[in-house]
Order: sequence, then C-alpha cells, then structure tokens
Amino acid sequence: MKKLNDFMVKTFCNAPCHIAKRDDIVWWKAWIIRIVSVLLALIVCGVITVALTKLNPIKMYITMFEGAVGTSRLVWNLFQNTAILLCISLAVTPAFKMRFWNIGAEGQVLIGGLATAACMIFLGGRLPNPVLIPIMLVVSIVAGSIWGLVPAYFKTKFNSNETLFTLMMNYIAIQIVAYFTLEWSVPKGSGTPRTLEFGQLPTLLDQKYLINILIVAVITIIMYIYLKYSKQGYEISVVGESEKTAKYVGINVKKVVLRTMAISGAICGIAGFLLVAGTDHSLKSDTAGGRGFTAIMVSWLAKFHPVFMIVTSLLIVFLEKGASKISEVYRLNSSFSDIITGIIIFFIIGSEFFINYKVKFNKKEKEAKV
Amino acid sequence: MIATIIQRAVMQGTPLLFGSTGEILTEKSGNLNLGIPGIMYVGAISGVAGSFLYEQAVTTLNPFLAVFIPLICSLIGSTLMGLIYCFLTVTLRANQNVTGLALTTFGIGVGNFFGGSLIKLVDTDVPSISLSATSTIFKTQLPFADKLGWFGDIFLSYGFLVYVAIIVALISSHVLKKTRTGLHLRAVGESPETADAAGISVTKHKYLATCIGSAIAGLGGLYYVMDYANGVWSNNGFGDRGWLSIALVIFSMWRPSISIFGSILFGFLYVIPTYIPDITVSTKKLFEMLPYVVTILVLVITSIRDKKENQPPAALGLPYFREER
Repeated sequence: MKKLNDFMVKTFCNAPCHIAKRDDIVWWKAWIIRIVSVLLALIVCGVITVALTKLNPIKMYITMFEGAVGTSRLVWNLFQNTAILLCISLAVTPAFKMRFWNIGAEGQVLIGGLATAACMIFLGGRLPNPVLIPIMLVVSIVAGSIWGLVPAYFKTKFNSNETLFTLMMNYIAIQIVAYFTLEWSVPKGSGTPRTLEFGQLPTLLDQKYLINILIVAVITIIMYIYLKYSKQGYEISVVGESEKTAKYVGINVKKVVLRTMAISGAICGIAGFLLVAGTDHSLKSDTAGGRGFTAIMVSWLAKFHPVFMIVTSLLIVFLEKGASKISEVYRLNSSFSDIITGIIIFFIIGSEFFINYKVKFNKKEKEAKV
Repeated sequence: MIATIIQRAVMQGTPLLFGSTGEILTEKSGNLNLGIPGIMYVGAISGVAGSFLYEQAVTTLNPFLAVFIPLICSLIGSTLMGLIYCFLTVTLRANQNVTGLALTTFGIGVGNFFGGSLIKLVDTDVPSISLSATSTIFKTQLPFADKLGWFGDIFLSYGFLVYVAIIVALISSHVLKKTRTGLHLRAVGESPETADAAGISVTKHKYLATCIGSAIAGLGGLYYVMDYANGVWSNNGFGDRGWLSIALVIFSMWRPSISIFGSILFGFLYVIPTYIPDITVSTKKLFEMLPYVVTILVLVITSIRDKKENQPPAALGLPYFREER
C-alpha cells in the first residue's frame, strides 16, 4: 500500500498541476467565472481591433453601443433579432437535452419559411388574412417537423449518425429554397425575391416587430414549463442522461426521440414563419442567415435553460449589431462581427471548464513531505 | 469534350479531397471537427496574405519563394485553427459541435474580413487582390500536358496541388490502414478508454491528428484561391465547399482512398449542369443539391447494412475524460 502511495505521489505530484472535477459550484461563482471570461474576451477583441484599426478602444466600444441601442429603431431591431434567434435556440434545446445533436435547425427554419411563402403566394388574395395566417402557421409547423422527423426516424430505426444527417439536410433545404426563390422571383429567374403582400403579420401598437416578440415570449414560457414541469420534459432529461436508464424505467426511447424532434422541427418551422411573414415578407436562401448554427451555441451557452437563453441570445445579437456598426463607421469589412462573435464564444466555451473542474497546483514533492 | 468534363470535375473535386482527407484523419481520432469550413477559409486567406505581401515587396518573383511562402503561411494558419479546436475540446473538454461551429463562424469571418480589407490595412494602391503572377506558378502544368491529346488533358494538365491532394490521400490511407500509428489513432477514435488502458496517449493522438488534419484541409482553401480562382480572392467565393468536404467524408465511409473517386464524382455533379442544354438557373440549384442527397443515401445505406468497418468511429463526437470512466 505504501509502495502504491509513493508511486501515486511520484507520478501525480511532479506534474505542475492536476485537474479535479468539482462536485458543485455556487451559482454566483459560476457567473463570476462567466462574466470574467466575457470581459477577457472583450479585452482581447479590443486589442485586436486596435491593432487592426488603430482606434481608441473606449471610443470603439462606445460606437458598439451606439450601433446596437443608439436609436429606438435600433432597439426594436435588436429585440426582433434576439426574438428570432431565441426562438430557434428554444427549438433546438429539447433535442440537445436528449443528447440528439440536431444541427439541422437552419434547414428546418428554411423549410418552415418556404411553406409559409408558398401559402402566401398560392392562397394570398383568395382567403382573408385572419384565415390565411393560421393556415400559414400550421403548414409551416408541419413542414418544419417533417424536416426534423426524417433524421430522427433513421436514427431510431437504423441508428444513423444524427449530427451528420441533420447537417446534410440543411444544404438540401438551402438548395430547394434557392430553387423556389428563383422560380417565384419577378421577373422569373431574375433572382430578385418576390415581395409577399398577402398574409403579412399585423402591426401591433405601431410596432412592426411587436407581434414576433410576443409570440417568441409565449414560446419561451411554454418551453420552460414543458422542460421543467411536464412528464415529457422529464422523459427528455432521462433519455439525455442515460438511454439505458430510460429503457430500464420503461420509457419508450424511440417514441421520445421522434416526438422531441417533431417538436424541435415544429418550433423551427414557427421561426421560419416569423421570418417570412413577420419580418422579411420575402423568401431567400439566406433568410435563416446562419442563425440555425448560432442558435446551437446560444442554447449550449445557456446550459439549455430557456431563461438564460434570453440573456445569451441578446448578448450575441448585441455583439453582432455593435460590431457591424464598428465596421460600418470605420469602413472595415462587415465580417468583422463574425470574428468578434467567434472570439467571445471561444472564451465562454473555455470558461465552462473552470466551472466544471478545479485546477490544483501541486507543490513540489519535497515541500509536500515537510 | 469528355476530357474537359473530367478535367473540370477533378479541379472542382480537389478542394473537397483536401478537406475530406483532413477531416477523416481528425474524425478517426474521435474529434468531429465542424470547424473545417472555417479552417479552409483561414488556410486560403493566410496563403493569400503571405503571397500578397511577397508580391508587394519584390518586383520579380522567385518561383520557389512564390510557392513556398503562401504554402507555409497557409499551413501555419490552418494548424493554428486546429490548435484552437484541440485546446478547447481536448484540454478544456468543451463540447465538440459547439466549438466546431464557433470555429467556422470565426474562420469564415477571418477569411472575409482580411480578404475584404487587406488592401486597406496594408495601405497600397492596388484596386483588388489579384495574385495572377503567383497563380500562374501554382497552375504550371506537367510537361507534355498539351502534346498528348486527351491523355494529357485528363492526367497531366493540373497544377501541382492536385497531385499533392491525391498523394496525401494515398499516404493517409496507408498510414491509417497499415501502420502502428494508424492503429493507435483508430483505437483512440473507436474506444479511448481501451486505448488509454493500453498506454496510448489519447491527448497526444487527438492533438496530432486534428492539427495535421486541419493543415491538410487548409491546403484545399489555398488550392481554390491560387489555382481554381486564378489568384483572385472574392468574399464567400469558396461557398459551401467546406460542408461538402464533410459530406464527402461520410460518402467515402472514412476511407481517404475512396474519397479520391468521391471527390471527382462530387466535382462531376458540380459541373454537369453546365453541359445540359437549355437548363434554367433555378434547375441548376436543384442539381447542386445532389451531392448532399447522395451523401444521405450513403449514410442511410451504411447504417442499414450495419457493417462495423463502414461506420463512423464509435467515439466520434464524444469527449474523453479519464476520471469519468
């Protein structure tokens, strides 16, 4: 026993540090770590911006604020973009909680948007808006959930890799939408997307985007309750923690996977509906604009918690808007915001390690003996 | 005409071949690196930046340096991206999908940002980044390429990076199948616990495979700009080729030797619409969908047949922590 002990001391104490899993961390400590990481990231971004543009970093961050919340129009814009990103993040969350890596949100949103646009074109003008809009909503929900169910079916039936399957489904959706955008453009084939006049969502209180924000707020509350208090939400957590446990306690794993992916796809479909009918009033292959991918990061950063997701999606959208203002004012390329977002996400991802693990610095062997 | 089609298919396929060879090495170590599209952008822009600065600095190009500088810059740039991924997923144990997607956002951002503002940052008066001199050197054909008719067109008419891509794929295939290193690497990807117990360093293999894989993938970006696009950088010009490379990995069932043919087939699907008479722009979009449809079919068929050797590595995308065994 002593020999083993000596061996352990020799092998482990000579390393400069070792890592131990934390049992539990007080919530405020976790948040301090997260906030510090965001601050560090902002410093790094500041250094990079100064190195590239030779601007005063404080002035730069002021520009950023102005770009994100400078005028009331910008604030509404910020909320609108946050709402859409939040909606897609909420959509992918139940699947992730189940450890089903649905990275096909981009495609599911586009297919939902395509369904909405199709209704607006073919039924628009023939039906009054109060009848048309619910039909659009239902059709986009169905389309989104079918797009989500296809990979789920093959996962449950043949255990196909869902990450790769959903990823491929995105590009099929993008090309289908690109096809219809060209087919429906006026004049046909020109590539200028048609403005969809019928079936636009109504304007509430003179605010164009208010209805989008309200719908997403409702979805957030429902999703919170669904995941936390419903039986189905509990089943999702059990399947995510351990599929074997779930089988043992009699949960029908296949059914849960299919049901959850249908829900995930359905909410993506709603996001597509909001984008086409409530925001853009047109359909393009970049209508989703990469939000399907950003949403994955948002959901993960918020630890799959619907309320924290409001914070993380607001943060990401704020950074994007702010950084694009910087690039506009100082005539940099608009991709500048992607670099900033990337760096900040790297830091937040990295900070999770310090929340979950403790790094202990080892004393030298001699000191340890004394 | 058939010779031209094959020639164009090979040229379309080469970036994909680089990307998929790199990603196969990475995935064999159990890392599902979804940052490949970003890495390929960074590989391209690093090469462009190196070569741009070199062309600005000298009046006559030394052909060796004109190739060597962008090549080295590209390798360094994409390896650094691989290091970021490894540091976050292996050392800091972050989620692979999230890290990979963040890396793609970041990499595409870096590519487009520097591609769009390199001229402004360097303060020169050239109107756009056009490295035609360097590109001519990259595109130098093998001797006799234009004297041997169709044979020359199909086999000899490419820039050297095309042959590099095929050789790298063949070497990777050999290393994975026939060498001890390859065996260890596959062990790490299939079952890290077992590999660890057998004394194979999981961390070392993951780091090496991912960084080398990223470097190879980055070359795909370099080939695209320097050879295929004649040295002209255009933002988002690289398109979705990064994701197509990941599709090609699945299509070739994690075998670099099959991805050589796969890349030519994907390239063929890419160029075929241009040879169909009276095709509309919109139908062309549907043709661009084909590689992904074919990939899904392969994914489904291999999972139905359920043969062990055609499956993704068993621990693909899963993190490995020794303490949590």
